[in-house]
Amino acid sequence: MSLDLAIFVVSSVIAVFGAAMMIFQRNPVASVLYLILSLVAQAVLYVQLGAAFVGAVLIIVYSGAILVLFLFVIMMLNLRSSEDLGENSPPIHRFVKYFISILFFLELAFVIRVSVGAGSTTTAGIETSTDGLFGSVESVATLLFTRYLYPFELTSILLLSAIVGAVIIARRATADELPMKPDTPAEPISQNLNEGHE
Amino acid sequence: MVPISAYLIVGVALFAIGTVGVLVSRNMIVLLMSVELMLNAANLCLITFSRSQNIMDGHAFVFLVLTIAAAEAAVGLAMVITLYRNRETINIDRFNLLKW
Repeated sequence: MSLDLAIFVVSSVIAVFGAAMMIFQRNPVASVLYLILSLVAQAVLYVQLGAAFVGAVLIIVYSGAILVLFLFVIMMLNLRSSEDLGENSPPIHRFVKYFISILFFLELAFVIRVSVGAGSTTTAGIETSTDGLFGSVESVATLLFTRYLYPFELTSILLLSAIVGAVIIARRATADELPMKPDTPAEPISQNLNEGHE
Repeated sequence: MVPISAYLIVGVALFAIGTVGVLVSRNMIVLLMSVELMLNAANLCLITFSRSQNIMDGHAFVFLVLTIAAAEAAVGLAMVITLYRNRETINIDRFNLLKW
């Protein structure tokens, strides 16, 4: 077994294991930690595919920012992990859901096997030694600022609208917006602004 | 030499696990995390195709998908906070006012 294959097998098993454990945890904090484990293993796969910079961004942005935002929200809501989360739903419902998902997986795997796996010997193997500039910061930046400049600039508008939307949605209504309860003291908005911090 | 179909199978498996999470989970935060997992599975397939075709456009696509994932997480968690403030739960079975 070559080293490439060993790294691939170990990291893909960890990625799938972390993802599977994520959805079966009752405690949401444990779910977040298992998702971080899965993402780190996926970053290893990215690096193996020659996308070192994207793998680093995955760890920094996802594990470092987005999942920490999830942890902030879980801590802030002070969730009870013993809350009833639908385990009393009829088992036929759960069976149907698993069955649909497994069918979906088998269908996609079949498509991959038909279209990619068989016959295409030219692309059947990936040389994991990165050649020169492939996947480097320089080449990714060149793409983002030349060919994909317009979509790249549009993402700034998307992020701006997401920030404004998160602040507006998570904001508590102030006193002058609640005509039914004139006794409610005005909440300081600066306290709520932290919720849309990401 | 790992065949590219192996990477694609891993990506599809992660996507299917995300589908299970969206369908089965009653916790709204875990549901949002499952959506993030599905976006990441698509990213893995994009990187794989980018490597196999030896063109780097997939990396740019992954960046755009990461941006969308960040925006989705921010807005989704803001909605979770508002729902929890109003209903004192994040069990999605309780949010059934629009259900016929």
